[in-house]
Amino acid sequence: MNFSYTILIPLIPFVVFLLLGLFYNRIKEPVSGWIGVAGLAVSAGLSYFTAYQYFYNTPKVDGVLQTLMPYKINWMNFTDTLHIDMGILLDPISVMMLVVVTTISLMANIYSTGYMKGDRGFTRFFAFLSLFTFSMLGLVVATNLFQIYIFWELVGVSSFSLIGFYYDKPSAVAAAKKAFIVTRFADFGFLVGILLMGYYAGTFDFDILNNPENFAGFLTKSPQMFMGLSVFTTALVLMFMGGAGKSAMFPLHIWLPDAMEGPTPVSALIHAATMVVAGVYLVARMFPMFHFFDDGFPLHVVAWVGAISSLFAAIIALTQYDIKRVLAFSTMSQIGYMMLALGVSGYDGHEGVGYMASMWHLFTHAMFKAGLFLTAGSVIHAVHSNLMQDMGSLRKYMPYSNIVFLITALSIAGFPGFSGFFSKDEILIAAFEHNKAIFYITLLVAGMTAFYMFRLYFSIFWGKDTHYHHTPHESPWSMLIPMLFLAIMSIIPGWTQILPFTEWLTPDKKGIHWHLDPVMATVASSVGILGIIIAYVFYKKPTEYPAKISAAFGNLYRWVFNKFYIDELYLFITKKIIFQRISTPFAWFDKKVVDGTMEGIGNKTASLSNVIKGIQSGKVQDYAFAFIGGVIVLVIIVIYML
Amino acid sequence: MIANVSIYEILTLTTLLFFIGLYGFLTRKNLITMLMSIELLLNASVINFVVINKYMFPEMLQGVYFSIFIIAVAAAETALAISIIINLYRLKVSVDVNETETMKY
Repeated sequence: MNFSYTILIPLIPFVVFLLLGLFYNRIKEPVSGWIGVAGLAVSAGLSYFTAYQYFYNTPKVDGVLQTLMPYKINWMNFTDTLHIDMGILLDPISVMMLVVVTTISLMANIYSTGYMKGDRGFTRFFAFLSLFTFSMLGLVVATNLFQIYIFWELVGVSSFSLIGFYYDKPSAVAAAKKAFIVTRFADFGFLVGILLMGYYAGTFDFDILNNPENFAGFLTKSPQMFMGLSVFTTALVLMFMGGAGKSAMFPLHIWLPDAMEGPTPVSALIHAATMVVAGVYLVARMFPMFHFFDDGFPLHVVAWVGAISSLFAAIIALTQYDIKRVLAFSTMSQIGYMMLALGVSGYDGHEGVGYMASMWHLFTHAMFKAGLFLTAGSVIHAVHSNLMQDMGSLRKYMPYSNIVFLITALSIAGFPGFSGFFSKDEILIAAFEHNKAIFYITLLVAGMTAFYMFRLYFSIFWGKDTHYHHTPHESPWSMLIPMLFLAIMSIIPGWTQILPFTEWLTPDKKGIHWHLDPVMATVASSVGILGIIIAYVFYKKPTEYPAKISAAFGNLYRWVFNKFYIDELYLFITKKIIFQRISTPFAWFDKKVVDGTMEGIGNKTASLSNVIKGIQSGKVQDYAFAFIGGVIVLVIIVIYML
Repeated sequence: MIANVSIYEILTLTTLLFFIGLYGFLTRKNLITMLMSIELLLNASVINFVVINKYMFPEMLQGVYFSIFIIAVAAAETALAISIIINLYRLKVSVDVNETETMKY
């Protein structure tokens, strides 16, 4: 098969970005939206075609899907083996990610033509969306660690500029800065990991790094050990730190809730469906290394970080009132799911079910979470508020949003028959087979997820009869079509074999036949339904229960409501300890000693020149006299002294 | 060569001429007079060229040619100086050298 056209998939958004970015004064409102949508539509079409060709028409060798590299351009050579390439790598997970990224991006673009209508940054917004899509696609198809790192930073930058899109709003600027600094801090670990890997393994290429046959050779080249672990394990854990920062894993999650300051399509595209799963994708991409070094120690780290994050985020999500923040914590919790599923996965055959579940959950989560965010955006658009208290009984005004929210919420809650049910079931099976402690955490989180999603649903669309100043209106079709599409996509992928690629998303690419485990499915869905029922009792009509329960928990509730004071802890560490105790003395030294020396030299020169500058009097005849006197003195010296 | 006049007498004359010019250049305050003093300096050196050529190397002509060059250069230089002085006069309504003292430090 010839896959050379795949280069167009990332390039078209890039061209759209250049076009809209360079001529953003000339291209006016509706046109720039159409350009963005058209570019993404072509890109998405090519991605679907690629997926079809790759999964159906590519010959399999011994039942293994081949990893293809239609492009590989040698960019920088360091040694014979160590070089930085730019290229395109097609394997099951990258092709699946191409489909996810282009689909969600297309939906977000269509939605934005309605949502951003009349905004003065309309063209700028679409330019940045295209830049983000380009960077994310480049990240997904990266052939080596350095390419992934370059695009990793590019998605960080585009995320920064989109969070801070309303740059005249101080909270948005602060949120953008926070997101950038926290993820940059994490990326520092990523970079160190990449450099360690490049130094000891001698290559950045995924096809060499991920081949288990090479691992023994790598280990002989790395004599250094750190606390009994091989240097590769250290490198992998450091790289996972970068992934955890991007994927908002505990304790680097603090930027994600604040990132909700950005426009809602941005939250749906970047902070729910695509960029935040980059960390999961990175671990999946390097999976053989994570699995084989030091008996899977790096993978255990991944599993526990994922499990703790999912539980932590779910607990916080129970108490929040800002609907976008609830969704943000829910995203963090679901990404924790994906991480822990990867963490408990094995490598061969059916052992790889965790890996498959993680990638599948990534796919279904992208669809239903983007749907939830777009619906939340539509609600916010109608009510002009983010807070649950300002909403209620919206089902009367917004019937379509109500349906979409219900379907997507049922999907995330794992209600039988919806896509989230199937992928979550696989995650639970994987956790049950490999780690009982993580399995119970996962089950608990599943119940909490159902509860807080339906708390959200009932509070927005049912609950109290809020009196609105302006009667809320249903959103225009440009916003409803993407929402309805995503609602459909949160049902279909579970039911049919419409996505045959799920079976190929395994670490060894051999393909497994998954099947629904009836016992596990019953347990998982009954936990989910229990959560929904409790939410129904509490929030269907305004009741006293929530207030009573939060009062009963007292301090614990306040602790959770304030997100365990993690933000305050970081502020304390940075402001009180680093800035005051460390930076201030350094600043004093810099100002007084380093600057002082330099300024002293400068001041002395200036005062000396003040003394002698009278010589330059401006009197022509004085100069001539000095010149002639000098000549005479020289002549006397030459004649009489030499 | 001039009869009954030795090279020493002529060189004494040019030396005197040179120092008169130097004195004038250093003491006069009028820019035009200073320019005239410079002409004296130049003429002293021109005479030196011709005299030394004629008295010491009578078969050669380099000194004479140099003197012609110097006269040409001096003419150009004078034209330039005069134009500067005229512009200064337009600015300051004076040709006093003390008026040029603004260019200092």
